[in-house]
Amino acid sequence: MAFPHRPDAPELPDFSMLKRLARDQLIYLLEQLPGKKDLFIEADLMSPLDRIANVSILKQHEVDKLYKVENKPALSSNEQLCFLVRPRIKNMRYIANLVNADKLAGRTRKYKVIFSPQKFYACEMVLEEEGIYGDVSCDEWAFSLLPLDVDLLSMELPEFFRDYFLEGDQRWINTVAQALHLLSTLYGSFPNCYGIGRCAKMSYELWRKLEEEEDGETKGRRPEIGHIFLLDRDVDFVTALCSQVVYEGLVDDTFRIKCGSVDFGPEVTSSDKSLKVLLNAEDKVFNEIRNEHFSNVFGFLSQKARNLQAQYDRRRGMDIKQMKNFVSQELKGLKQEHRLLSLHIGACESIMKKKTKQDFQELIKTEHALLEGFNIRESTSYIEEHIDRQVSPIESLRLMCLLSITENGLIPKDYRSLKTQYLQSYGPDHLLTFSNLRRAGLLTEQAPGDTLTAVESKVSKLVTDKAAGKITDAFSSLAKRSNFRAISKKLNLIPRVDGEYDLKVPRDMAYVFSGAYVPLSCRIVEQVLERRSWQGLDEVVRLLNCSEFAFTDMTKDDKASSESLRLILVVFLGGCTFSEVSALRFLGREKGYRFIFLTTAVTNSARLMEAMSEVKA
Amino acid sequence: MDCYTANWNPLGDSAFYRKYELYSMDWDLKEELRDCLVAAAPYGGPIALLRNPWRKEKTASMRPVLDIYSASGMPLASLLWKSGPVVSLGWSAEEELLCVQEDGAVLVYGLHGDFRRHFSMGNEVLQNRVLDARIFHTEFGSGVAILTGAHRFTLSANVGDLKLRRMPEVPGLQSAPSCWTTLCQDRVAQILLAVGPDLYLLDHAACSAVTPPGLAPGVSSFLQMAVSFTYRHLALFTDTGYIWMGTASLKEKLCEFNCNIRAPPKQMVWCSRPRSKERAVVVAWERRLMVVGDAPESIQYKQLTIQVLLDRLVLRRLYPLAIQICEYLRLPEVQGVSRILAHWACYKVQQKDVSDEDVARAINQKLGDTPGVSYSDIAARAYGCGRTELAIKLLEYEPRSGEQVPLLLKMKRSKLALSKAIESGDTDLVFTVLLHLKNELNRGDFFMTLRNQPMALSLYRQFCKHQELETLKDLYNQDDNHQELGSFHIRASYAAEERIEGRVAALQTAADAFYKAKNEFAAKATEDQMRLLRLQRRLEDELGGQFLDLSLHDTATTLILGGHNKRAEQLARDFRIPDKRLWWLKLTALADLEDWEELEKFSKSKKSPIGYLPFVEICMKQHNKYEAKKYASRVGPEQKVKALLLVGDVAQAADVAIEHRNEAELSLVLSHCTGATDGATADKIQRARAQAQKK
Repeated sequence: MAFPHRPDAPELPDFSMLKRLARDQLIYLLEQLPGKKDLFIEADLMSPLDRIANVSILKQHEVDKLYKVENKPALSSNEQLCFLVRPRIKNMRYIANLVNADKLAGRTRKYKVIFSPQKFYACEMVLEEEGIYGDVSCDEWAFSLLPLDVDLLSMELPEFFRDYFLEGDQRWINTVAQALHLLSTLYGSFPNCYGIGRCAKMSYELWRKLEEEEDGETKGRRPEIGHIFLLDRDVDFVTALCSQVVYEGLVDDTFRIKCGSVDFGPEVTSSDKSLKVLLNAEDKVFNEIRNEHFSNVFGFLSQKARNLQAQYDRRRGMDIKQMKNFVSQELKGLKQEHRLLSLHIGACESIMKKKTKQDFQELIKTEHALLEGFNIRESTSYIEEHIDRQVSPIESLRLMCLLSITENGLIPKDYRSLKTQYLQSYGPDHLLTFSNLRRAGLLTEQAPGDTLTAVESKVSKLVTDKAAGKITDAFSSLAKRSNFRAISKKLNLIPRVDGEYDLKVPRDMAYVFSGAYVPLSCRIVEQVLERRSWQGLDEVVRLLNCSEFAFTDMTKDDKASSESLRLILVVFLGGCTFSEVSALRFLGREKGYRFIFLTTAVTNSARLMEAMSEVKA
Repeated sequence: MDCYTANWNPLGDSAFYRKYELYSMDWDLKEELRDCLVAAAPYGGPIALLRNPWRKEKTASMRPVLDIYSASGMPLASLLWKSGPVVSLGWSAEEELLCVQEDGAVLVYGLHGDFRRHFSMGNEVLQNRVLDARIFHTEFGSGVAILTGAHRFTLSANVGDLKLRRMPEVPGLQSAPSCWTTLCQDRVAQILLAVGPDLYLLDHAACSAVTPPGLAPGVSSFLQMAVSFTYRHLALFTDTGYIWMGTASLKEKLCEFNCNIRAPPKQMVWCSRPRSKERAVVVAWERRLMVVGDAPESIQYKQLTIQVLLDRLVLRRLYPLAIQICEYLRLPEVQGVSRILAHWACYKVQQKDVSDEDVARAINQKLGDTPGVSYSDIAARAYGCGRTELAIKLLEYEPRSGEQVPLLLKMKRSKLALSKAIESGDTDLVFTVLLHLKNELNRGDFFMTLRNQPMALSLYRQFCKHQELETLKDLYNQDDNHQELGSFHIRASYAAEERIEGRVAALQTAADAFYKAKNEFAAKATEDQMRLLRLQRRLEDELGGQFLDLSLHDTATTLILGGHNKRAEQLARDFRIPDKRLWWLKLTALADLEDWEELEKFSKSKKSPIGYLPFVEICMKQHNKYEAKKYASRVGPEQKVKALLLVGDVAQAADVAIEHRNEAELSLVLSHCTGATDGATADKIQRARAQAQKK
């Protein structure tokens, strides 16, 4: 269990610096408003803020009361109000309402708005339109990188996915470029850069511009991280849409990990209380099972429990001195381990209970059939039944999308009937959801015949160009044909298995999907790293319909140590799943690399579907 | 040795002074200085002379002449004054000459007599004319203070950022004050004036009478006042020949002196030597000069920094000398050479006799991509000289597309600005340009521009979605984007409309749009939704309960749960609910009601399109094994084993599996064999397996 790293695996850089940096900046901003003040925090920022500065730190800097920014009038009586928000128009209106109410009541207070990670001109304009621009002072808290774990950095921007991939809104790209710039300032610039996707390319180019403008100290630094790989989420929707079966992914799918911690309910804690548990490498038990296929986890945990019991049992037959030693040195650790063990066992039980109820095996079987491309009719009826029985709106939607992407779109008859069924089951407002999914290329209708291929390759050429923007929506969704089957063949995503796939001793990244499928995103990363270029992958790139790039800065590459050349930063634009993280961790162990993950947010199939859903509030 | 002290004369008891000529002026003045308006710039800057300032004749020979000399009298410029009568001259901190005309217009000239710009001190000044004016310097820049013919003061504290301030009226002021000066206290410019025996302090809010502490009695009028360069000290000269020296805040007296001369002095100024702690006031009459000193106090004087020195050289167009100094001092490029080159380029663009191409090329050749040089700044200067085409050419050299945008906007090249902003990747910049365009263009043109820029379009759409919904609709209309229009109206039917009629109307508009978009599916689905809404409304009226906003499936379920089976069936027919779905939902609803009788009747109504396993499952879910068994027998052979296992009949399941000779089924049954009771069954399966292998 928990395969050890190769002895020559490089050390990870220390990312806790990012937290200190963010905390210091926040404190500086709070001190800009001297004296007692009430702090209004946007709900989405609460968890990330908690990881940076807890309540007592806020109190030290004269934050009096904390409020959530929500659609309720605030009852604060403080003379100074500070708002910590994402740059969203709806927040601006909230603040404007509050300030204008004060004005009506003839009350004057000091207001400060802190935008995180940056402010947008549109927000300031709304403040101006609402007539309060002069009454508030605006600041930016450039907090864009939260280290969730030793190898996982999150920008905590779940809206990135919808904003960019659905609405075509590019404003977060600058934030990404700034984050990369911060990383290269702290840990040295990356000598080798690769990427695939339009957003990846734009982020990369913006980041390079920032680097060029700010020449000087960073140039001389020895790079700590040898490679950076940027990847758009729409390069691989399939992986993100699959049910997760490695432990960490499954916990996320079942309980939803939020900002690196999870709320285990009474059914897990076997008490009447819920418990908030931080899930990261510091949890020794979790660290050993997080990347494991779920089928192994239970066995591992019970073995662990037996070992623990044995260690407790050593007490018998100890003399007083030994007992004293045991109590002072080991007991605390054992108790801690005991606590964690029973939590994870509780979580496993709860997962099993839920999964058997939903016929999890049938579901997984259908998914595998879709990935491999056989029994399509049967899978389609399975999905239809899933809808008819109203199992879950999000799950039904996910299966439809998986069918569409793996099959290059639904045949017209299925496209109509599945949608009709869905609307009958889950409500007509989902008509808008379907329009979104079509636009994002997640749920489409098969184009009749192959006559379009010629046009398509022309269009795809355009899409990769700088003038890309000139293409209308219709064209770009057309260009988003997934070609999954062909890509899967080219990249060997479905392993040929003789006999049973041994999930205890995985032989490739496919283990994260029970040996049925190697995640496309991870395979691309693997292939490019192996070649240190895109050479020989032309056909795959063509099928993916995305622009790719690779750049090696020889001057920096020479300076990089062989250790750092085995450290790879993988940037997921639009979110990554825990399954992908586990798969690449596995690849790293096999090849002596260490991967570092930077994602706009940790995601999973449900989050992707929710981002596309349009249900009336 | 005697020669050292020979020319020193005693001054008072303990001080000595001497006179010697520093240098002689190079100029060749024909007039006496008293006939001219004179202004000397601070820090040994240039000197401006306006000859014949008061002549109003039209003849050319008698027109006033403006001469500018360096501090040593080298002529820098000379021009004939063609504008109106000038009241006062003064140099700004940037070495720009400010000429205040009688009508309140202020003309601004460069060091070389080049006209820069002009501004007015306001209507009130224009009407009442300028009686007196002062140019003054504060840490914010250079200001102008005006005393009008109506005895009111108007001032601007910084001519670089012109904000006119009309000062409050001085009560009872009928004639011009005997003397006045500008002060600067707590970053606010004020005016101190003397009227008879009284002193008044004017700031932008109020006029207050002030009294200097320790002022000797008997004063009936103040003849002169002087404020030090740093605004810390003030000296007052009274009609009794008495001099009061103190802080400009009028809170403290430093010293006083009675010179016994009652004639008004021509001039009175503060002076000091660099780094000296001693300050003194020099008072001048026609033939007499008097120095009045005070107790030492520590003061730091700002010095001329190297940056200011370079600025001065640049202003005098001594570019090569400035560059040599930079190189000698090894100043970083950005602060040194680049800056000077940028200044040179700004000068170069003013050479009107050289063609745009040549200027642009010359500048690019010399500057290349020197770090710290901003081509957009140079372009801005070119534009300022009216050379728009040159400005655009220069902007092409600007590597940061974002930097090009503000100037392009200023030059009204908004569309070009938009593409540059998009190129820069800075969405905020794009948005800024968009708002410009929106105000500049009519709506149609604005939308057309957006149409060709998808990135800007989506940005604007996002904004409209949150802030200007109506504009969003217009955008879609303009593009004939019927699909999005349809979605827009659907959204409106949920969000904006409360009444059922309003919602149906919105949906109708949406359906029409979908038809236009040739999206028949969406149109039909929307029409179905309209029908459903109307029906749900009717159901609520007739049956009570909640139906509105339920999905079709849930509407049918609610009807069955309420015992309205007939209605449910009618609904299924009207809305073409497929058989499979109807069976699923009826099955679930009846089991929820635990209406086993009705369920059985239903199961026999015709052959189930979903098989009978779901019946078994649902009965077991309600823990009714008895009912479940009824259906288990009717389950088809493929799912028989599963059904039997569900109702707990392991033995029969084994028999069926053996009969089927199905390995998967056999293992499934085996996994259900638990405890002693199923021992025999397990054996039976093992035997069957062994037999199968033999064959």
